[in-house]
Amino acid sequence: MSTFTIASIPREELLAPGHRMCQGCGAAIVMRHLLKALGKNIIVAHATGCVEVTTTLYPETAWRVPWIHVAFENAAAVASGIEAALKSLKKKGVLSYEKRVKVVAIGGDGGTVDIGLQALSGMLERGHDVLYVLYDNEAYMNTGIQRSGATPLYAWTTTTPAGSVWRGEWRRKKDIIGIVKAHGVPYVATVNFAYVTDFYAKLRKATEIEGPTFIHAYSPCVPGWRYEPHLTVKIAKLAVQTGIWVNYEIEKGTFRVTTPVPKRLPVEEYLKVQGRFAHLTKEEVETIQKLVDEDVEYINKLAGATVIGPVEKK
Amino acid sequence: MSSLPGWRDLPRGATITEPGSSVKYKTASWRVMRPVIDQEKCIRCRICWTYCPEPAIIELDEPYTTKTGRTFKVTYSIDYDYCKGCGICAEECPVKAITMVEEVR
Repeated sequence: MSTFTIASIPREELLAPGHRMCQGCGAAIVMRHLLKALGKNIIVAHATGCVEVTTTLYPETAWRVPWIHVAFENAAAVASGIEAALKSLKKKGVLSYEKRVKVVAIGGDGGTVDIGLQALSGMLERGHDVLYVLYDNEAYMNTGIQRSGATPLYAWTTTTPAGSVWRGEWRRKKDIIGIVKAHGVPYVATVNFAYVTDFYAKLRKATEIEGPTFIHAYSPCVPGWRYEPHLTVKIAKLAVQTGIWVNYEIEKGTFRVTTPVPKRLPVEEYLKVQGRFAHLTKEEVETIQKLVDEDVEYINKLAGATVIGPVEKK
Repeated sequence: MSSLPGWRDLPRGATITEPGSSVKYKTASWRVMRPVIDQEKCIRCRICWTYCPEPAIIELDEPYTTKTGRTFKVTYSIDYDYCKGCGICAEECPVKAITMVEEVR
């Protein structure tokens, strides 16, 4: 695994150009590498969301793998059905037992942490051999930036505006990894495409493991987070360097941080490049910093060592 | 009116049988700034290719020898049919071999 470098990324593109995702879209980078990591032997069930809308404008598709879109809430349920059908075909002798086809369900944060949560829970409970990928852009971006359960504290969205009374989102981001982990699934991980070798290692591990696996992918959104399109990768790196996003995996209950950060940057560095946090006062930035510090402390406790270090003073 | 196909004649659902058919749609018109690669400066690190969301950076098996005598096996070139001009490649290039210039049509 450690020998995997940028040079080993396969050249073949399974996501065709010509899709209508925005300039500098983070989800586009996630999908491109997701398909490269998983290869051709997959069937994708896709929930409604940015990627679904922008990649499949009838009669065109950007996907070069079998792909199905059903509805917002049931990507996990459809993926379960496909997996059951594959099992049945193998029993009937139509499909060889050696042929391994991984079923992949993809959903955005709205389609996963809000609308599709019960379908996801059912899929995890029944133990289908499905990989669920959540690309998290922290709001309903495709319909015009409405808040979702994954929107972070104080973030501006069109339904949580920032003024003198409302200061953007007033609730904390939902801990989806905690919810998924509680189902006792064999593999759960968070990935960030700015750390691309780690991204590949985790996705390949998640496909090899039999049973339900879950990947939470960080996915910056240019119009929703209000930044210049060329900053997508820079913001993704800052998220890890400030400790607001931690790359980790939980394999059969064993917790491991895959991208250690010996010295963290202040969270302000991450917030100030995004227009959705432009209204924050010094006190509000400090509140976020405190919450990140608490999260980091918890992560370090789980890891049993100081994998994410203290904030570096300027 | 009667010449229009009825519901029985239409394909069931919305099935698309041609994979990757979105290549027919060129997104070049979205571009305001155009990235240009300086092949002399480029060190073939693959970073721009990795982070391109389209993908609009193509890896070609074309050898290239710089003026200083360094030979590379591959060449990176920009597919101006699909590049939306986001500028991630220019921002992430470690040797600043990609510059964004104004698009003139």
